[in-house]
Formats: sequence, C-alpha cells, structure tokens
Amino acid sequence: MKILAVAEQRDNKFKKSAYEVVRTARTIADQTGGEAVVLIIGSQVQSMAGELGGYGAQRILAVQNLKLEKYSSTAYSKVIAEVVKKEQSSVVLLSATSMGKDCAPRVAVKLDAGIGSECIALKVEGENIIATRPVYGGKALTDIKINSAVKVFTIRPNVFTAGTGSGDAGSVEVVDIPLAESDFTSFAVETTQASGKLDVAEADIVVSGGRGLKAAENFKMIEDLASAIGGAVGASRAVVDAGWRPHSEQVGQTGKTVSPTLYVAIAISGAIQHVAGMSSSKYIVAINKDKNAPIFQTADYGIIADAFEIIPALTQEIKKITGK
Amino acid sequence: MKLAVCINHVPDTAAKINIAVDGINIDKTSVTFVLNPYDEYAVEECLRLKEKNGGEVVAVSLGCDANKETLRKALAMGADKAVLLKDDSPRDSSSVAQALADYLKEISPDVIFFGKQSVDSDSAVVGTMVAEMLGLPSVSVAVKLEISNGSAVVEREIEGGKEKVQTSLPAVFTAQKGLNEPRYPSLKGIMAAKSKPIEEIIPAAAQPKVEIIALRKPPSKNAGKIVGTDLSAVPELVRLLHEEAKVI
Repeated sequence: MKILAVAEQRDNKFKKSAYEVVRTARTIADQTGGEAVVLIIGSQVQSMAGELGGYGAQRILAVQNLKLEKYSSTAYSKVIAEVVKKEQSSVVLLSATSMGKDCAPRVAVKLDAGIGSECIALKVEGENIIATRPVYGGKALTDIKINSAVKVFTIRPNVFTAGTGSGDAGSVEVVDIPLAESDFTSFAVETTQASGKLDVAEADIVVSGGRGLKAAENFKMIEDLASAIGGAVGASRAVVDAGWRPHSEQVGQTGKTVSPTLYVAIAISGAIQHVAGMSSSKYIVAINKDKNAPIFQTADYGIIADAFEIIPALTQEIKKITGK
Repeated sequence: MKLAVCINHVPDTAAKINIAVDGINIDKTSVTFVLNPYDEYAVEECLRLKEKNGGEVVAVSLGCDANKETLRKALAMGADKAVLLKDDSPRDSSSVAQALADYLKEISPDVIFFGKQSVDSDSAVVGTMVAEMLGLPSVSVAVKLEISNGSAVVEREIEGGKEKVQTSLPAVFTAQKGLNEPRYPSLKGIMAAKSKPIEEIIPAAAQPKVEIIALRKPPSKNAGKIVGTDLSAVPELVRLLHEEAKVI
C-alpha cells in the first residue's frame, strides 16, 4: 500500500505524535510491500523535515508557503488531498490531534474516502486494514474496515510507538501546490500556549484529582506531585463542573480519553464515565480513603488513605528518584 | 440570522454499555438516551446568537422516531423549529454528513452548529465533513465565538493552549464544553415544545464507506494490589513504580 503520513509541526517543531504517525506508516508499508511517504506542511519546513527519515520515512515531501505558517483547515486539507492525488496514495494517516482531527474529515470528503478516527490499532489484513477504535468514551471498542479506494485514518497520540530516531536524514522533495486566497476562508490568526504545560492527552504521566480534594486551592498538591513526577495535571468531571479546574484538563467521556504510561487518580471515586476515559493507561494508581471506591477495581496499585496525608509524602519520595 | 443546530440522541454518559447479540450494535435495553452533551452547548450558542441578532433556530436530527425526544428538548430550550431526517438504516460518518448536508443546503443557514463529537461513536468528524460538502469554512472544538459583520472570530482548544481562528460566514462550528452554560428548559418552554410540530423528511439512501466488523468490550482489568492504608505505603508504592512497573 502506498501510505501518505502527515507529520504535524507547530512553530517548526515536531511533536512526538508526528514521529508516531511516520513510524506507523512505515510499519504498514513494510507489511504490504508499499511505500511510506511523509508530508510536512508549513512556511519554512524543508530544513527540519529530513529528521523524519530516521523514523522510517522513505520519501519526504515538503509543501511550504508563507501563508501556511499557521494552520488553516481549508488550505491544509487542500494541500493534503492534492498530494494524495499526485502520489496516488491509498492510505492517509494523520495524528488525532486538534489539527489532525480538524483536517482529516475535509481530506476524506475531498477524496471520497471513508474515515476512521482516533484509531488505537491498525492491522493489515490482505488488501485492507482493520482499524480498532474506542467508542462510547472507551466503554467499547469497534473494529472497522473502510471500503473506499482511499482510506483516511487518524491515530491517537501516545498509543503507537515512535521509537527513537536513527539520526539518518532523508532527502526532502519540495512540492508546489498552488493556493488561492479563496482556499483560506478560515485561518488561525494566533495561538497561545501555556509554556511548558503538558496536555493530558499527550503526557506520558497524568496525575488527576477529584472532588475528594474539597477545594480548588488543594490542587496545588496535585500540581506539585505532577511536577515532581514530570506529568500533566488531570481532573474529574465533578471538579471541572465545580469550576476548580479548566475543561481542557478533564479526563473521561465528556473530556479527554488518555492512555499514558502512568495514571494517578487521587480522591477520584471512579465513575463509569471517568474510568472509560483512562482505563487503557498502562499503569493506574489510585489513592482514596474510601475502600469501596470503584476506582480500586481498575487500579494496579492502590493506597486506601486520606490524600491530604499521602500526597505530600509521595511527592517527597518521588523527588528522591527524579531529583526534580 | 438563520441558525441551524444538528443534534444527536445518544446513551447517557452514566450508562453501562453492553454488546447486542449481533456483535456490532449495543444492547439498548435499559439504556437511557439523551441529547448529546456537546450538542447542548451548540443549541445554547445558537439561542444566544438569536437573542442577540434576531432570526430563527432550526434543530435537525438524523435517526429514528426516538430522536424526536431529543428534538423536543431543543424545542423546549427555545429552538423555533425541529426537523427529523428519518432513517433507521446503519450509517457511517460520511453518509450521516451527506444526509445533513443535503438538507442544510436547502435551508442555507448563516451559522451551522454541531457538538464537537457525539458521545456514541466518538468520531468527531461529521460537522467538519458537512462544512466540506457545503463548501463552507469551519472551526471545530470552539470555546468562544464572536460574530460581527459577516465574519467570526473563534477560539478553539488545542493541546495545552488555544488557537484563535478567523472565518467568513456562513460557516460551521462545533461546540466544546466551556463555550457557554446551557440553560435548563423552562416549564413554559417544555409545554410549548409539546405543541410544536416536528417536520419529517426522508433522506436519500445511505452509501456507507465504513463497515463495522465487530463491537466488543475492552479487555477488563483486574483489581490490583492494595499497597497499604497509611503513610508507610508511600515508599513501597514508589519502589513498585520504580522497580516493578518501571514508570518513574
């Protein structure tokens, strides 16, 4: 199969999910005797794109244009669809990030393609790919098959392995896709990012707090632990609804579904909609004073005790190891 | 200003999901269905735009008769009109989007709203697909919206931050939690909704591109180890995470 993977960059930097999408494309290409072609879009991306060779890209295409410096749903999707047509790719892979998820549906419509979003597994089966994706907030999984000539998949960050780059630089071909003013009917004018702040959906470690923490200011404890362990702060729905934490931190069915290596649930009872959003984490730690809290049913390690007593000590103990 | 809001009828987030005997659908027995939570923000935003700019809010839902309950909720919140695109056949995202786009094209709204995703299939693609099918710009996962002089400035949530997007109108937006605080239907609204008619339209037959092969429960996790019940458990927990799980 001829795969086109879209490697996302923001401010001329790749995220880990970009490497994951490249490596996944290569895996499928190897299994099918195909080719993994990687596309990168931006204003000045040719020089940075070579690195993707070390993650398995067999060819690297750069579409660069000053107007493509910031994300535009209409323009980026046009670029991707045009490159797919030129390359005659049959599979398009994007990261299920805020950019990939916004762009992929347009790409699918332009190419008359079926789409599978937020896939957590892609299995080659004969001439096709069986994709697995969570539904009902993670309470069920579905296996799907796309029957159109072109197939579009977005893959959930942190699930597929990127491996480490070999350092081999691939050669980069610059491709020109003409764009008109009318291709930019919606465009980003500004992005604001809290510096150094890890997003719960991308973090390897998530430390979440629930209603048992009693007040917004007590999240300082959670922040301290998260910073000691090098993780992101998450929150339960109750806490977000109470206005203690922003919605961007909510884990669960009406928040984010996360699959970190380590998920620490503190003073969270474990409502079904919360557990659905984090149960695919590799290791789960629960700290709750209620021994009957459902969260202990999904936790690998539990401490039945008051979070206010445990957390400061846990933070200190972890600092001894991480040195943060 | 003509406002359309596309809404879905989905299992409540508190519902347990069991798989039906066919192995590709859920068992609907004893599952409560509600207006999709994200669609509540979409309905609310349309009502606020109407209150500010005048106009009409049309609520549209694709599905079976049961979806009328959800359409009534939108009417009770204050929508002016409800349309059921009546179809029981299984549809993938593309064919849902196509049926909605066909209808929306006829009424040509200035603003089309969706929830950012339906909490059943969780695909988060239909709104943006409809935009592409109609040749309209779109902004997904909106947390703030300002409309003036035929254009909109929207803030959307991105990883660890926000992105401010400018777009011309007409346009499609998908609502994220935090965009507003949805109102509860008033008693008067609920009574009025009962007498408002729901228009029924039969959409063109679906041509799905995606086939569901199986629906299953995720592998269940066994309850793990209780490390302790007081402070003395802390060093042991850290040791387990460091040496056994090797995650720190």
